[in-house]
Amino acid sequence: MSRNMMGIYTIWLRDVRRFWRDRPRIIGATIQPALFLFLLGTGLGRGIVGAFGNDIRGDYLTFIYPGIIGMSILFTSIFSAISIVWDREIGFLKEVMVAPISRWAVAVGKAFGGSTVAVFQGSLMLIFAPFINVHITPAIVITLIPVIFLIAFSITSIGIVVAARMHSMQGFQIIMNFLVLPMFFLSGAMFPITNLPRWMAILVAINPLTYGVDALRGVILGFSNYSLIANMSIISGFGIAMIIAAMIIFGKVE
Amino acid sequence: MNIIEVVNLSKSFKAKKGTITAVKDVSFNVRMGELFGFLGPNGAGKTTTINILCTLLTPTSGKALLNSFDVVTNPNEVRQSIGLVFQEPSLDEKLTARENLEFHAMLYNVPKAVREERIKYMLAMVGLYDRKDDLVNTFSGGMKRRLEIARGFLHHPRVLFLDEPTLGLDPQTRNHIWEYIHQLRKKEEITIFLTTHYMAEAENCDRVAIIDYGEIIAIDSPSDLKKEIGGDVITVIAEDRDKAKKTIEEEYNFSVIENDEGLHFEVENGETFLPKFIKKADFKILSISLRRPTLEDVFLKLTGRRIREESAEANTALKIHARRLMR
Repeated sequence: MSRNMMGIYTIWLRDVRRFWRDRPRIIGATIQPALFLFLLGTGLGRGIVGAFGNDIRGDYLTFIYPGIIGMSILFTSIFSAISIVWDREIGFLKEVMVAPISRWAVAVGKAFGGSTVAVFQGSLMLIFAPFINVHITPAIVITLIPVIFLIAFSITSIGIVVAARMHSMQGFQIIMNFLVLPMFFLSGAMFPITNLPRWMAILVAINPLTYGVDALRGVILGFSNYSLIANMSIISGFGIAMIIAAMIIFGKVE
Repeated sequence: MNIIEVVNLSKSFKAKKGTITAVKDVSFNVRMGELFGFLGPNGAGKTTTINILCTLLTPTSGKALLNSFDVVTNPNEVRQSIGLVFQEPSLDEKLTARENLEFHAMLYNVPKAVREERIKYMLAMVGLYDRKDDLVNTFSGGMKRRLEIARGFLHHPRVLFLDEPTLGLDPQTRNHIWEYIHQLRKKEEITIFLTTHYMAEAENCDRVAIIDYGEIIAIDSPSDLKKEIGGDVITVIAEDRDKAKKTIEEEYNFSVIENDEGLHFEVENGETFLPKFIKKADFKILSISLRRPTLEDVFLKLTGRRIREESAEANTALKIHARRLMR
């Protein structure tokens, strides 16, 4: 195995192992989306159905369920990428930076690590399906895994681009407020993206998570705005652009 | 043969007002197999130089070769040739001791066939074998340092950089760490590049470069450096300091350094000089002491200042405190 491949594998393995060991994080990251789904979903669902007409095709809880899975992928991916900043603060990043592997390999290893973790965390959301009368077949699961992986890979790569230049966790709030939460609210996770004001429609259209949530909804509930192929092409294109940016930026970090 | 060759190396950083030159036109060589020391106060440019040699920083100008690889054009070959123990901890505390070494071995391409064996050996060498499956966050400061030293040796580097390896540790732990380093040095063919502001550590080196304000002001073996001091150092506290100073300067023709601790001067043969000096003295001596010169005396003579050990300690304490707060 080449030096850089081994480096990518090592960084991936570290992320996966740390995630697996951090049970409180797994539990926390499962409960938070569940609160959105069951509490917010139930509360809002009582009045919202009529307002959206046929756009949500039935039950509100069911409608937001794929969106909540998208949220779980979003948060997990960003947290994984931001762990670079944490590694920098505790000094471990230096150990990686002086290792005889190329810097770009560090970015790629981190992107794969974050994606793998998000696939696990996103799939864990499927345990809520029976409570909201969504029927998950093995075929759905098999389609879902690569879809989740691609979404997670793109988002982790965005996170790496941001984290590469960050030197303290103090910037984390800014990332939450200016990147993560807008991406979530503007993705169509909580409401249909039809008939939006123009400014908002534009923001929704340039948000990569929009296509991720749409793809998840298509696979899980069987209805979507765009075809699966279209959604996946957009996300993949975005992911490739972001990972290349991450590789370049990481190569220049001192 | 030289394992490290540094020629006219400089590094400047952009600051709010103008630029700060941390390393100024520095040239030196490190011979294969030696224990080479960088001695100087905090902020003298020790860490900056190390960071350039280990490819973490690019030099503003000049050239540095390590194991005959250029640090700018062949960073990966240089990185494979070196091991590092940083001034600040760089372990993954959420992983076990063994896992930290395992990840290091993987990053440095230690073949899988020998990996386990090597990890076990290094853990045993630093006395951590029994704790190998414990998470690093349960370790004391000294244990973490030992683990980092084991990690530094793990991939058979040609040069091991130890950047203030015992900073912030108590004297007993400090000695302990050095025992491990000396033992390992005997077993592995390795060059050690040490930075320190502890005199005792510098005394152990084969050669020492004294660095101040980014420049090397002397480079030699500790014994030869101390030869610059003319023999032994005598410190006198007299009732009438001015009179004593005048006598020493005029009758004996010694140059006297005066500070809070008293009058200091150097004589070639202290033991035979002292009795005669005391007998002849026409001023009241309150105390008198004789000691062999240390590198601190060399530094004092070359710069007129002491190495600011206290401020460095305080600085470290603050950093450690800040780190705790962040957790």
